[in-house]
Amino acid sequence: MAEENWKPKIIAIICNWCSYAGADLAGGARIQYPPDVRAIRVMCTGRVDPLFILKAFQDGADGVLVSGCHFGDCHYLEGNYKCAKRMFLLKSVLKNLGIDDKRLRMTFVSASEGAKWGTVMTDVIKTVKDLGPSPIKEFAK
Amino acid sequence: MAEVNKKEEQPRIGVFVCHCGTNIAGSVNIQDVMDYAKTLPNVAVSDEYQYMCSTPGQGKIADAIKEHNLTGIVVAACSPRLHEPTFRNATKAGGLNPFRFEMANIREQNSWVHMHQPEEATEKAKDAVRIAVAKASKLEDLYPKSVPVEKTAMVVGGGVGGMQAALDLADAGIKTYLVEKTPTIGGRMSQLDKTFPTLDCSQCILTPKMVDVFRNENIELLTYTEVEEVAGYIGNFDVTLRKKARGVITPDEAEAKGIVGGGCTGCGDCVAVCPVIKPNPFELGMAPRKAIYVYHPQVVPLIYTVDFDSCVKCGLCVEACGDKKAIDLEMEDELMTVKVGTVVLATGYEIFPIEKKFEWGYKNFDNVITSLEFERLICASGPTGGKLIRPSDGDKPKKVAFVLCAGSRDTTGIGKPYCSRFCCMYSLKHAHQIIEKMPGAIPYIFYMDIRSFGKMYEEFYYRIQDEGAKFIRGRVANITEDPETKNLYVHAEDTLLGRPVDLEVDMVVLAAAIQPTAETEKTRRLFGVSCSQDGWLLEAHPKLNPCGTTTAGVYLAGVCQGPKDIPDTVAQAEGAASAASIPIHKGEVELEPYFAQCIEEKCAGCGLCVPQCPYSALALVEKDGRTVMQVTEAKCKGCGTCGGFCPGGAIWMQHFATPQIVAQIDAFLLGGEQ
Ligand SMILES: Cc1cc2nc3c(=O)[nH]c(=O)nc-3n(C[C@H](O)[C@H](O)[C@H](O)COP(=O)(O)OP(=O)(O)OC[C@H]3O[C@@H](n4cnc5c(N)ncnc54)[C@H](O)[C@@H]3O)c2cc1C
Ligand code: SF4
Ligand code: SF4
Ligand code: FES
Repeated sequence: MAEENWKPKIIAIICNWCSYAGADLAGGARIQYPPDVRAIRVMCTGRVDPLFILKAFQDGADGVLVSGCHFGDCHYLEGNYKCAKRMFLLKSVLKNLGIDDKRLRMTFVSASEGAKWGTVMTDVIKTVKDLGPSPIKEFAK
Repeated sequence: MAEVNKKEEQPRIGVFVCHCGTNIAGSVNIQDVMDYAKTLPNVAVSDEYQYMCSTPGQGKIADAIKEHNLTGIVVAACSPRLHEPTFRNATKAGGLNPFRFEMANIREQNSWVHMHQPEEATEKAKDAVRIAVAKASKLEDLYPKSVPVEKTAMVVGGGVGGMQAALDLADAGIKTYLVEKTPTIGGRMSQLDKTFPTLDCSQCILTPKMVDVFRNENIELLTYTEVEEVAGYIGNFDVTLRKKARGVITPDEAEAKGIVGGGCTGCGDCVAVCPVIKPNPFELGMAPRKAIYVYHPQVVPLIYTVDFDSCVKCGLCVEACGDKKAIDLEMEDELMTVKVGTVVLATGYEIFPIEKKFEWGYKNFDNVITSLEFERLICASGPTGGKLIRPSDGDKPKKVAFVLCAGSRDTTGIGKPYCSRFCCMYSLKHAHQIIEKMPGAIPYIFYMDIRSFGKMYEEFYYRIQDEGAKFIRGRVANITEDPETKNLYVHAEDTLLGRPVDLEVDMVVLAAAIQPTAETEKTRRLFGVSCSQDGWLLEAHPKLNPCGTTTAGVYLAGVCQGPKDIPDTVAQAEGAASAASIPIHKGEVELEPYFAQCIEEKCAGCGLCVPQCPYSALALVEKDGRTVMQVTEAKCKGCGTCGGFCPGGAIWMQHFATPQIVAQIDAFLLGGEQ
């Protein structure tokens, strides 16, 4: 398990139209959640190249979250389906590389689900904390 | 093809950290973040200000660009969804391309959600600035594309909201299609008897508007029509409509077919002979209707409609219609496509199925009715000619209980958590109508609190109190029935007196909650509009953009966006019409230049990206003897799905390019103190 003061490094790649808006709404409602996630905004989760995620893990990320619109709600119709398919494949790649696939998570949070964004944040951070630091960091030591 | 290889320049970034009063400064140490920004690679200057979005704040950006010869700007403040346009303008004012701006969200996604963790919030803000600086260092000049706007509009839904929006658009000189799914325009308002607080007769103020819509030369009225498919974007929507088979043709259609003097004149001869009898939905099933029908005498257009679900095709009506040859029992649905620049959605609402709250006995006890049924019963043109009678025995009720918030403000999970906003007021109206029409009868109003917030509404409330209506504050727990007399017992707690009430009445009227229509989900998906948690269509901003949506060119009017009464519906409709006319009058719109570009040297011509694009914007072409992918910019909406897929990294997504995103990832994970 992790050392006492270890703080996980978690990156979230989130779509502009749903999850980013949902995260903003959580702010408007002053929903409090732990601060360990850093977000990068893309227009749609369809933009998420699996290599971005591999790059993040290679850089030492302890967890990656990809979050978009609910199925059927994607601003560009089907970017989230395409992304979900890629994430599914990527999870098996990660497993084969010895990275617990729970470190990669895809969620669907709409523009009106501020409270859900808070829950997702809390949950993702807890999952990664329970898993401890990424093995890639250890490997590089 | 835009150049995709960036010129090698040493980035010089200016960072500006906003206090937002205490909104950000309350939990993020601004000085710390500003000092930290100075230590980052490529940062030429960093500054802070109370309100960056204010004129002096924006001025700081423009001045710094000139003074420090900056190549990129980072503002750490609120959400880019709020102020990205503001700061892009400020960047432009300083002489830089507006797309050389990147925002770090340290309010909505930081100070407001980590209010009690100032240290962590400050660390997170530093990371956000570092990530933004990394992206800003790699931003390029971009130029929005202007596209011409089709000079036509569409309004979906012909209730009072949709009619008002269509009239305003038409009067502004814009050709407008008004699409209504039922055979007539008018919406819910045509089912109402009187309207609060002025008590004008609903039909009397509505019918002239319906006729105006029908006569307006700029309005093409498409009743009994539904939206089937939507393609395109602001300025250029292609909307496919399904004109449902009405079984009856208009005089114009008859003329086009060469039937002289033919077409439906609304005489109703067909109705007399039709043998099929069905409940009339306009009268909420309280009156019959034939298989060929009009909803009510004032329908617009005055054309009969065949209900093919119940028609037995006996042909009697065709005979009765005679030489007018208006009836065609073999008619089929027709599809048509129209091009419009902007769209207003005004699809209204439906009544919550209040039988789900079984404790009030609706559909179980004859004399428990809904407020909408009350409107029809009290209406002179309604099924009883305006006599309020008990469904069980046709007697006049003497004591009538009104149950407010029936299914509204209900957090049990069965009803709706929101306030339906007009039930208090129309129940006061109903109480007045009882007192006025039925001397000696007493209305009892069971309420949680009376919400009479509009102009002259509170005064109306006092008036009804003076007229003798009885008010009992308390939610009705349940209603029971005396099986002999069919009288009802209303069980509640009077929370003002702190004692239980068991009141025997002759009739109960449930002010049932309202809810989004069953088709709302389909409609919003067709137009790419979101909904709020409770299912109402979502406005672009609850305060600053209540008529817009997140889909450019699509606007909202009336109850489809959330409960509102007629004055508010009409006001919003005028706002939506005005918003929808702006792009049309401007003549062109700017599209964000987030297009995909093919990096031809890297493209293998495999074509794998082509099916990834939901808008068919990609194709393989022959160029200089090899096959490469080509993007049609006019079709590309910039989602980046192709860019996320290309195995060769051969797609450059403008403003979200791979090197830009990787720089953000690296900046977060490698750029901090290790
Ligand atoms: C019992 C009762 C009493 C009321 N009394 C009053 C009163 O006294 N004063 C007052 O101010 N307000 C009153 N109201 C509220 C009033 O009914 C609404 O404010 C008003 O009808 C809202 O108009 P709208 O155009 O938004 O929606 P609607 O009237 O519901 O019109 C929506 C229209 O869109 C059509 N439509 C729906 N979906 C589609 C689709 N997918 N495609 C095409 N067309 C579609 C529908 O057929 C309908 O014609 C009352 C409401 C109730 C229930
Ligand atoms: S997927 Fe990439 S390499 Fe293949 S055609 Fe498309 S752009 Fe070219
Ligand atoms: S960015 Fe999206 S819309 Fe544009 S070409 Fe790629 S897949 Fe199509
Ligand atoms: S826009 Fe949100 S997932 Fe596509």
